[in-house]
Amino acid sequence: MDFSKLDPSKKDEVMDQVKQQLALANAQELLQKISEKCFKKCITKPGTTLDSSEQRCVAMCMDRYMDSWNLVSRTFSNRLQKEAGRLS
Amino acid sequence: MSYDTGFGASSFGKPPPSSFGAPPPGGQGQVDSEMKSFLEMESQKAQLQQQIHKLNDVCWDLCVDKPREKMDGRTETCLCNCVDRFVDTSLLVAGRFQNLINKHQ
Repeated sequence: MDFSKLDPSKKDEVMDQVKQQLALANAQELLQKISEKCFKKCITKPGTTLDSSEQRCVAMCMDRYMDSWNLVSRTFSNRLQKEAGRLS
Repeated sequence: MSYDTGFGASSFGKPPPSSFGAPPPGGQGQVDSEMKSFLEMESQKAQLQQQIHKLNDVCWDLCVDKPREKMDGRTETCLCNCVDRFVDTSLLVAGRFQNLINKHQ
């Protein structure tokens, strides 16, 4: 794709698309991780249905996984900034 | 219990300053370099997010026992320590690896 031929409005469109696709990929990754992790934590003996205590567990697990993601994200970003400051 | 997915770019603090907000006057080369720096920035952001997914995967397994109503302080401390020790480990390994390379040159 030759970006130099894009007019500005087209370029904004391409940038938006890139952002959207990355956000989508991020959400998909998160979704997949949550399913995997929370299945492991909450469904220890798969029965004939997903019973209510399992459903509660999954809901809670999902919330905690996002809490964890945000905390890890913040901690990691802070650390990266500190390391970058040490280099310069 | 909210499903507030606060995991977007906003949770990294500031979105990158839009130095490319206003298009520079004309010039095809400039358009090109603007797109280039945008893509580099986005690619870096994607890499960072990928690293966070990986870290969270590892640290979740180490720190979180049974999911509870709220994240307790002990778990939070464990997660923070886990991230910092992981970075320490990466730096240590990288340093030793560099030494090995230097020795064999």
